[in-house]
Amino acid sequence: MSTNKPVDVVTRAEAFIRQDDIHEPMHDRFLWATMQRRDAEAAALPEWEKLRDLASQIKEHTLTHLDEYLTQFEANATKRGAKVHWARDVAEHNDIVYGILHERGVTELIKSKSMLQEECVMTPYLETRGITVTESDLGERIQQLDGQPPSHIVFPAIHKTRQEVARLFARTIGTDPNNDDPHVLTEAMRNNARPRFLAAGAGMTGANFAVAETGTFVVCTNEGNADIGASVPPLHIANIGIEKLLPRVEDLGVFLRLLARSGEGAPLTQYSSHFTGPRKGGELHIVLVDNGRSRRLGMPDFWHSLKCIRCGACMNTCPVYRRGGGLAYGATYAGPIGVILDPTFDEHKYSELPFHSTLCGSCSAVCPVKIDISEQILKWRRVMASKGYLPLAKRLSFAIAGHVFGHPGEYHALQKTAAPALHHAPHFLLYNQTLNPWGRERDIPQLAKQTFREWYLAHRRNNGNQHTES
Amino acid sequence: MATETAAIHRMTEPGSMRRIGLFIPCYVDMLFPEVGIATLELLERLGFEVGYPLGQTCCGQPMSNSGDERNAAQAEHLFVENFKDFDCIVGPAGSCVKQVRQHFDTIEQTDAVQHVRQHTYELVEFLHDIAKVHDFPWAEFHHSVGLHNSCSSIRGLGLAKPSEIMETPFNKTADLLEKVKGLVLVPLDRPDDCCGFGGTFCVTDPAVSARMGIEKVRDHLRHGAEYIASPDMSCLMHQQGIARRAGLDIKFVHVAQILNGGPFPERGDAIQ
Repeated sequence: MSTNKPVDVVTRAEAFIRQDDIHEPMHDRFLWATMQRRDAEAAALPEWEKLRDLASQIKEHTLTHLDEYLTQFEANATKRGAKVHWARDVAEHNDIVYGILHERGVTELIKSKSMLQEECVMTPYLETRGITVTESDLGERIQQLDGQPPSHIVFPAIHKTRQEVARLFARTIGTDPNNDDPHVLTEAMRNNARPRFLAAGAGMTGANFAVAETGTFVVCTNEGNADIGASVPPLHIANIGIEKLLPRVEDLGVFLRLLARSGEGAPLTQYSSHFTGPRKGGELHIVLVDNGRSRRLGMPDFWHSLKCIRCGACMNTCPVYRRGGGLAYGATYAGPIGVILDPTFDEHKYSELPFHSTLCGSCSAVCPVKIDISEQILKWRRVMASKGYLPLAKRLSFAIAGHVFGHPGEYHALQKTAAPALHHAPHFLLYNQTLNPWGRERDIPQLAKQTFREWYLAHRRNNGNQHTES
Repeated sequence: MATETAAIHRMTEPGSMRRIGLFIPCYVDMLFPEVGIATLELLERLGFEVGYPLGQTCCGQPMSNSGDERNAAQAEHLFVENFKDFDCIVGPAGSCVKQVRQHFDTIEQTDAVQHVRQHTYELVEFLHDIAKVHDFPWAEFHHSVGLHNSCSSIRGLGLAKPSEIMETPFNKTADLLEKVKGLVLVPLDRPDDCCGFGGTFCVTDPAVSARMGIEKVRDHLRHGAEYIASPDMSCLMHQQGIARRAGLDIKFVHVAQILNGGPFPERGDAIQ
């Protein structure tokens, strides 16, 4: 069990909502608009649901033959001149990356956004060893300069206002704190980043897909930052989670059509770059990372989460994520997909995440690879409940309720005594913030003078009903 | 959703479904008896023989929904015991019906459990798919109404096309409501965005739940709804509490009340 305290996602989400009247409505509106673009893009393809089926099947097939496809990928990538490394966990991954950089005397690394690098907490590891790491994706760079992790898989700084970015850039790269024009801010960052690209000894990318039959991997971005990072420095390192494999090049046609439409409501990302072997005179290293993935593959209820292509659609559609923000989850992965991935890394630390959901099911319906996210959230609740992670109040009240609901005599007796008590309970008790979270935000429904059961006994009792109280 | 369709297709012709067990969820019993009365009267009007097992308590959803299957089991067993002898079971609550159909899966799957799971229907789907009711001549409702199909009803039971899925649109609740004289359905910006009730979620995550709830109610108000109508009173209970606290002028009604033409009891404000 981890020694980390469980992330208090409820309090953190509440803090995001209560900070002011600007952040949460902006966050919600932007992501909702993204969902509407997604809906329009999806509706424009008559074969949309077929694509989702196909994508799900391809992923299931690949994951159930993962050993074969990984070996194939390694052989083909090696044939094309890449050096393939295998990392069992975070420690091995970071050690391999540092080793490659250190051997070549690289002190400046430019990287494009990669959730796997976040998962490996790679940047702090390298920086304590004297390597300067610069994020090249605009949103990631904003988060890096602010000392925060990304709050969204695709839009890392989406919880921030333009004004905040202007103040941050003023503090860190010397722009005018009062000029929050997005074009000006972007241009300022471009000018700031360009010399870093030129000075970097290595570029690092993740990968969206890795193709077994060719040893190719594909990186999708909108800014082209991965391409410049992979093309300017002489050394390119790509880290790839082992679940990113696809059998064939033609499978890409299915996934590229789904990825950007689902995640950002655009037909394609601006750049879908295919890397097969090192470029002339350059070096290419591929680090294939497990870090808990093969263990997850062995979990009957949860292995489907490995189908995830990190599009972010489940975050955009999730009403809880839209209201409470991504940083509330206190984890690498936020939103619905985070709720089902994070506990596989640390059950104790992320034990409260599965309860930060209304189980509305929108995530399962939007997922382009048809992961049963909502159903897995409920299954994680079962895991947490069986391990005693339910809050004490819930555990106690469920034990009592479980008994009472199983015994109608006691239930109806309790109803008779509790109802008048509630009628006469003083206002301060009903609306006490700690004792009654319902009353904190809402008025309490009025109890009916007569229950349905009482009405029924009065009006239908002699109407042929044979059932008696047990 | 495949299992849902299968459950409906397993139904034989309505003729063999005459004996209905009336499932009145615990919170409807105590807080909204008029919804129970409307459901019972409506089914009786349509000629069904309706029995109400007096020993019913709760379907186990609050515990099951929190992952606590051990404590849910007693309520689930009692539910099956109460309803196993009926041809089918009808309840005016999507999320409770979903609980019975989909989440009675950790108790032993005896013949009785399977019968109950396969024959429990939410009221709207029963009227729409099984009883195939085409008009409600006894009902009039001269108001503009915003429809709140709950998430359990839409994505769990298939009462309407979820906005995320690209298929031919359908909405069984709207189909029924549109048959009521005088009733006008208003369009909404976010018709199937969750209102934030979520069972125990509304008390364990109160800030997020309340934000979702108030925006939901405002969507209806913006479009001129006088009433928010739903096949799920639990969502409405949450929205009503939020609306009252915020002083928003909108009324709440269950679909069963509209389709049955009442009862519409006068209710005072919340308990002081």
